[in-house]
Amino acid sequence: MADLNKLGLAEARDALRAGDVTSVELTEACLGAIEGAGALNAFVHDTPEIARDQAAAADTRIKAGDAPAMCGLPIGIKDLFCTKGVPSQAGSRILEGFLPEYESTVSGNLLGAGAVMLGKLNMDEFAMGSSNETSVYGNAVNPWRRGNDTAELTPGGSSGGSASAVAADLCLAATGTDTGGSIRQPAAFTGITGIKPTYGRCSRWGIVAFASSLDQAGPMTKSVRDAAIMLEAMCGHDPKDSTSADLPVPNFEAMLTGDIKGKKIGIPKEYRMDGMPAEIETLWSEGTAMLRDAGAEIVDISLPHTKYALPAYYVIAPAEASSNLARYDGVRYGHRATLDQGDGITEMYEKTRAEGFGAEVQRRVMIGTYVLSAGFYDAYYNRARKVRTLIKKDFEDVFAQGIDAILTPATPSAAFGLGEAWDDPVQMYLNDVFTVTVNMAGLPGISVPAGTDANGLPLGLQLIGRPWEEGDLLNTAYALEARAGFVAKPQKWW
Amino acid sequence: MSIDETTAARVAKLARIKVEPEALPVLAAEFNTILGFIEQLEEVDVEGVEPMTSVTPQRLKRRADVVNDGGQQEAVMRNAPDAREGFFAVPKVVE
Repeated sequence: MADLNKLGLAEARDALRAGDVTSVELTEACLGAIEGAGALNAFVHDTPEIARDQAAAADTRIKAGDAPAMCGLPIGIKDLFCTKGVPSQAGSRILEGFLPEYESTVSGNLLGAGAVMLGKLNMDEFAMGSSNETSVYGNAVNPWRRGNDTAELTPGGSSGGSASAVAADLCLAATGTDTGGSIRQPAAFTGITGIKPTYGRCSRWGIVAFASSLDQAGPMTKSVRDAAIMLEAMCGHDPKDSTSADLPVPNFEAMLTGDIKGKKIGIPKEYRMDGMPAEIETLWSEGTAMLRDAGAEIVDISLPHTKYALPAYYVIAPAEASSNLARYDGVRYGHRATLDQGDGITEMYEKTRAEGFGAEVQRRVMIGTYVLSAGFYDAYYNRARKVRTLIKKDFEDVFAQGIDAILTPATPSAAFGLGEAWDDPVQMYLNDVFTVTVNMAGLPGISVPAGTDANGLPLGLQLIGRPWEEGDLLNTAYALEARAGFVAKPQKWW
Repeated sequence: MSIDETTAARVAKLARIKVEPEALPVLAAEFNTILGFIEQLEEVDVEGVEPMTSVTPQRLKRRADVVNDGGQQEAVMRNAPDAREGFFAVPKVVE
């Protein structure tokens, strides 16, 4: 078989089990692709020795007829996941040299299911960003370009390295994490599939924390079926994360029938934003028509507090980040600043954090500090938490009316050029306008590639599901994927 | 509410991030942009609304109150920038 790195998880799994290919062959194909893709800056810590060992072990298991769900499938891991003995820096200088003594539950689940780890993937520093431009490793680059224009585009963020690597076929799939849209926005920008499950589906243990009440891990894959396979391997109850749900994990792949007859799909009027490009509007209408054609009933709905999700997020997420990132003090791990004669412990903290954190992380930590400070806690933080209650209630109300899933655009635009969106921080934040509501309400959301813009860049649609009903959501996404028939791939220039 | 340079300096201090005095005007301006965006929240009627504490209705699990981990001093210290004799070393904190 040629171009093994271009396979998806399902095809590769079936080929492995049929004995048509070995994990070692798959892994070598991916390692070769990674080696030739330095220009994308997607993989930032390569682990070829680990990958080769794991691949050989997987081949032994497959031969013995003991092949769990991800057995022998080479994947990339976002740098936010702590991986034992392998650099895990969250894209930050402050964790330079940090080698975890433990494995995150999610990456451990994947390795336990037989997955092969190719290396760690680029990301915005501490997952704070929508363009992968805040990374200590430098920008990850989108394999897609605007036609023949050679300008480098962002793969989105924060899981930009994951998106770039999957879209460029450097790996079969990758892990991502999503606090405000960090799986779904990069998936949309690179023409791949990404699902953020219900809050609590995946254990957060061992994932470097950004905003604990919003963070969730999820898969970034080449198809909806692949997302179902990998999500199932990632999730499950974990006593080490008290917010991890003690619920059975269904067989998501078995739920992909493509039959959505009679399902009620909500179209929220508040997502029709002023100044939204006509292409996004058109894509959304086409997606609506595809679901109607598949037998779903389309219902106009209202989610009245949508507009306030992003400002509330920019109180809650920085507040939680300022608390979570207090641990980076130069004492127990990571970077410590060189001190001057007479410097005390306060100078050590202040210099370490000034050197170790990039500008956007510093900005968010300080905003979080401000909104939590005496005198402003009620005005900002408590108000934002009340607005969050209202945002969640908006969704509960439409689900109570019988809505099964909600269709929206995934992003307000196609991928933009690196360096194009930094005029003011709020402009960058608007990237998450369609995705952030889902984190605020703790719901599952999936981005499915559904079309291209005038420049040939991919565009995604988002489906939002009921809590814990990822299986049903994936099935709706599967029906949408089948009708959208998105098969375009970026032309190789790297 | 507008943030001046004195407030920006105070916030930086609270966050334990060293900010040079010449960087304060830009920082204060960025804070004001972000806070200006956040202030839309004042339009929302939140009268009688409970602030969210948990996004999924769940009782946090409690484990038995027993020692279930420990004895890993070496592993705990291994990533420290300055570890000596089983301790994390820091600049002098007590005169």
